[in-house]
Amino acid sequence: MSSVIKIENLTHIYSTGTPFQVTSLDSISLDIEKGVFFAIIGATGSGKSTLVQHFNGLLTPTSGKVVVCDIDTADKKRRRNLWRRVGLVFQQPEQQLFEETVFDDVAFGPRNMGLDKGEVTARVNEALCLVGLDPLEAAGMSPFRLSGGMRRKAAIAGVLALKPEVLVLDEPTSGLDPQGRRLLMDLIEEFRRNTGVTIILVTHDMEEVALMAEQVAVLDKGRLIMEGKPREIFNRADELNAMGLGVPAPAELMHKLRALGKKVSADVLTTAEAEEEIARLLSLD
Amino acid sequence: MLSGITMGQYIPGNSLLHRLDPRTKMFGVLAAAACILTASNWQGFALAALLTVTALMLSELPFRILLGSLKSLWILLAFTFLIQVFFTPGTVMAGLGPLKLTQEGIAAGSDLFLRLAMLILTAFLPTLTTPPIKLTAGLESMISPFKRLGVPAHELALMMTLALRFIPTLMQEAGVVVNAQRSRGAGFASGSPAKWARSLLPLFVPLFTGALRRADDMAVAMEARCYRGGAARTRMRELKFNRTDFLVLVVTLVVLGAAVALKNM
Repeated sequence: MSSVIKIENLTHIYSTGTPFQVTSLDSISLDIEKGVFFAIIGATGSGKSTLVQHFNGLLTPTSGKVVVCDIDTADKKRRRNLWRRVGLVFQQPEQQLFEETVFDDVAFGPRNMGLDKGEVTARVNEALCLVGLDPLEAAGMSPFRLSGGMRRKAAIAGVLALKPEVLVLDEPTSGLDPQGRRLLMDLIEEFRRNTGVTIILVTHDMEEVALMAEQVAVLDKGRLIMEGKPREIFNRADELNAMGLGVPAPAELMHKLRALGKKVSADVLTTAEAEEEIARLLSLD
Repeated sequence: MLSGITMGQYIPGNSLLHRLDPRTKMFGVLAAAACILTASNWQGFALAALLTVTALMLSELPFRILLGSLKSLWILLAFTFLIQVFFTPGTVMAGLGPLKLTQEGIAAGSDLFLRLAMLILTAFLPTLTTPPIKLTAGLESMISPFKRLGVPAHELALMMTLALRFIPTLMQEAGVVVNAQRSRGAGFASGSPAKWARSLLPLFVPLFTGALRRADDMAVAMEARCYRGGAARTRMRELKFNRTDFLVLVVTLVVLGAAVALKNM
């Protein structure tokens, strides 16, 4: 597997040389493979959003190196076109809607790409379908008249319409109700299955990570603390709790049982696996 | 805009200037402005320069930050300088069509440039060295004598507090929106004026809707805390003149007197 994002010793400092200087990222090295579902977790202020803004060249390292799709983001000219290949969905993207109609808003990116009218229309319709909005119904509406959840979807469609090779989502489900969350995560998973696009998900929701991610990175105060498969990561419940994070409920349950001296496996992530373990435990007694 | 510092933003510190009462500082700035603007000979100019430099030194602010306040207005500075240099009639030194470089122009341009630079540098000092709350408290106390004339002193001060409070927030939000739209290929500074104005829509529409939403939230939050303006509100921290303030006021008045004397020399 080749890596699509390669980070070496990335350090990012805001407002260098002023009293407001903050080291947001501290010597981070990371490899993200092509086509993988990658999750980045960390407490508020751990540097997740700063990190992902390096992925499409919005931010550049104070020191270190970031290579995305074989483009070194230190290269000013090539960095400027990175947005065509790496789609970045910001936190609360619905707050960035600005056009008169949903269609125009979703078409903003494709038009900036210089595509012709037919292609733009095709992409907008496709993107709207992908996020579960009816192109006929929603396209002509003002984005400000949609419900919160639908606006979020419309905003995400605006990035999908770029047809990126890498899709970065910064807390896409925050503020949505449980059903909205599930629907959105299902959409993302389906999109990935159909396209093979690399997905990078920033989230606070450990269940989402357990369910969907193949690889997880844990940030704490700007440093990369752990990286590995969700099972390996959630095995270290104490460390995660200490960082202000948690583990998925089934893993947490097993962790507590182990703390009580019960011999259950540490390698439990889903409810089904937890059930099995408990059944085994009961049959032992 | 994205650097995390807005121009004139309060820089915490404990210098003499930081510790002064905001009213003293505002009076000082007015006095300095009077000195700078009325100076009509080299002695007056030297006095104004001395006053400015002393004030800057007393603030103990990093040089970069002071320079930053000049930088934010460099277009104004450059523009006035060039206009003076090229459009003041007098002895022509060089010419290019209607543009004539004159000796008098260079003199007038430098004169105005220096005055403006000094004005800007001193005018930023109160906001750089005073937390916004204290600044508006000082302002309120300064305009409260006009309450009898129907000037809504408290409301004006509150408006200023809120505006100052939201400048960094809105700047930060603008940064996020700019980045989000750039991620969709928005370019913010190219083409004809009409095109340029249109290219700002993706920034301004979200920014204004956000500001209105915040204003709404703020109003609700204030109502929920039973906020009632004006009528005999007390403060968490009372403003107090101390000996340093009196000293600075006296020095300022002496300098002001000297400036007037120099002008009539």
